[in-house]
Amino acid sequence: MAWARNVLRVNLTKGTCKNEPLNMEWAHKYLGQRGLATKYLVEETDPKVDPLSPNNKMIMATGPLTGTCASTAGRYSVVTKGALTGAIACSNSGGFFGNEMKNAGYDMIIFEGKAKSPVYLYIENEKAELLDAGAFWGKSVWDTEEGIKAKHQDPLIRVASIGVAGEKGVKYAAVVNDMDRAAGRSGVGTVMGSKNLKAVAIRGTLGVPVRDFKRFMKVTADAKKVLADNAVTGQGLPKFGTQVLMNVINEVGALPTRNHRDIQFEGAKNISAEAMAEPRKGDGKPNLVTNAACFGCTIGCGRVSTVERSHYTVVDRPQYQVASGGLEYEAAWALGAATGVDDLNALTFANFICNEQGFDPISFGATVGAAMELFETGVITTKETGGIELKFGSAKALTDLAELTGKGEGFGAEIGLGSKRLCEKYGKPELSMSVKGQEFPAYDSRGIQGMGLTYATSNRGACHLRSYTVSSEILGVPVKTDPHVTEGKAELVKAFQDATSVVDSSGLCVFTTFGWTLEDIAPQIDAACEGGWTVEKLLEVGERVWNLERKYNLAAGFSKKDDTLPARILKDAAKTGPAKGMVNGLKDMLPKYYEVRGWTSEGVPTNQTLERLGV
Amino acid sequence: MRVTVKLYALLGQYLPSGATDNQIEIEVAEGATVQEVFARFNVPPKSCHLVLVNGMYVEPSRRPQYALQNNDTLAAWPPIAGG
Repeated sequence: MAWARNVLRVNLTKGTCKNEPLNMEWAHKYLGQRGLATKYLVEETDPKVDPLSPNNKMIMATGPLTGTCASTAGRYSVVTKGALTGAIACSNSGGFFGNEMKNAGYDMIIFEGKAKSPVYLYIENEKAELLDAGAFWGKSVWDTEEGIKAKHQDPLIRVASIGVAGEKGVKYAAVVNDMDRAAGRSGVGTVMGSKNLKAVAIRGTLGVPVRDFKRFMKVTADAKKVLADNAVTGQGLPKFGTQVLMNVINEVGALPTRNHRDIQFEGAKNISAEAMAEPRKGDGKPNLVTNAACFGCTIGCGRVSTVERSHYTVVDRPQYQVASGGLEYEAAWALGAATGVDDLNALTFANFICNEQGFDPISFGATVGAAMELFETGVITTKETGGIELKFGSAKALTDLAELTGKGEGFGAEIGLGSKRLCEKYGKPELSMSVKGQEFPAYDSRGIQGMGLTYATSNRGACHLRSYTVSSEILGVPVKTDPHVTEGKAELVKAFQDATSVVDSSGLCVFTTFGWTLEDIAPQIDAACEGGWTVEKLLEVGERVWNLERKYNLAAGFSKKDDTLPARILKDAAKTGPAKGMVNGLKDMLPKYYEVRGWTSEGVPTNQTLERLGV
Repeated sequence: MRVTVKLYALLGQYLPSGATDNQIEIEVAEGATVQEVFARFNVPPKSCHLVLVNGMYVEPSRRPQYALQNNDTLAAWPPIAGG
């Protein structure tokens, strides 16, 4: 139980939808969601496939706990070969779509092939059909979601869709569900667009049976109390959201600023959680309207915000004079510090556009930052930018480019390439702050050493959510470690990577781990699913998932040379703050990491490791 | 000597009027400790989870003895997280 034991296979080329049983042997080895979908992708596709070819597959996958009453149990992931990176991609989203998918009776939906013309998948409790999406093609995520609900005369349908960015091939297009929750990274929405698949709309009311109902109710209630009593998950995150980190990371000197040229941002205070709560000078209202929670979540870290109605971005544009998905820390950093812009209204507006047209604000903001450096160093001029004065700190340039990128128009089409392709195009590859083609998130690894190893070894390219050592190195959860030393970080990164792989495969949100350990999670999975789920067994699953992803990337053509960081991070010392004079010590951490992983000195899992894990 | 005190998130409520952007510059006696400065603002020590002096972490056991220097910046947060 807890698994629906049912997979929907959608062949877009043939226009068919077929149910098939879930491979339970794999479910017991890979749990669900990230791990299980990766296993299916590995078994069914060639790792060297062009991500935008019909031969690439895209899998939407829930975890066994998705749709249950466990706290935060509404997650789903989109797994495919990433359009931005060419590596394994797994983007995780909250909201309500994952719950609806599971309650419609599906663990997983596998999309293969390519539709001849735009379609959307409509599901109502195990009945699925492909419908013409011609009326929605060219529409935004927001209009598509509203349009599908109106067409079916059912406001309770949950929709995941792509915006125009996904249609136009923006390399970091997202799959957005419930208007502002996104499987955002690595270009999973680009893959969806390449298949002429506009949306997935689901109504599910079947329920999710669990193995031992009485025990499940007891352990999930106990675990919710742990979250409620924890100061982070019970108070800090609901009140301030992830944005509370803006001043923290600036203070410790690890806030990448102006394309990582600086490590502290003088405007951080203007775009922080505290600033979002302050009444604005113009209208006396704060940017933050309220917090918000995804399905089943007892934390509620989400932000709902407005742009001041007199701000240039929204004057005479009522569709943006609304309360909508507000800034999370990563988006605020990328749209703000990475570009040197500290206009909170402009950042909020740009974030609205990212949600509306479906593209990743991290890669977008970071790419704008790289383009600003190209502009300020004279590599590109207004001739290339279409007249945009692309200077660091220009809010107008940022918001203009958000709108152009969302539509794939003008210089926005080039920003839509991502920083790696953009900087290579103009002969300055070293200005792309990325790993495996994916842009860094909001932590400079000169000031937080473990994050350098995290980025270099992340299977989906630079990412904070693969091993969030910031939790230990800065926030002291579960134990405080020194952010400026490299010793012990190989073991720390491996531990975070394996544990996060488990959470990402379960249907739960990784933010629970600020309050929970696997000791809290294992009983919930065990009460829901047969299989004897202990902490030890879960950690083995996590390590297995990590090695499977690594094996896929190696087969796709990645190697040790890709486990690295840009020269700026390895050679240019931080200019200010506590990390002044430091570079990232990756060379001291990587060999040890390979060793603790049971990999060769070339970063290849040994046969012994693969046999031990049954990969 | 003068130090800058920054109190963030829920600790912001302990800042006196006149503080802007969650910070205030104050005059303290030579050798004033981290804990003494918190006491001056009635900040409960147990609420101070993350404490930084000039961006460097000061663990709880050192806060009663940690003497501030002229122009130091003391910053504190309750338990917080993000990502």
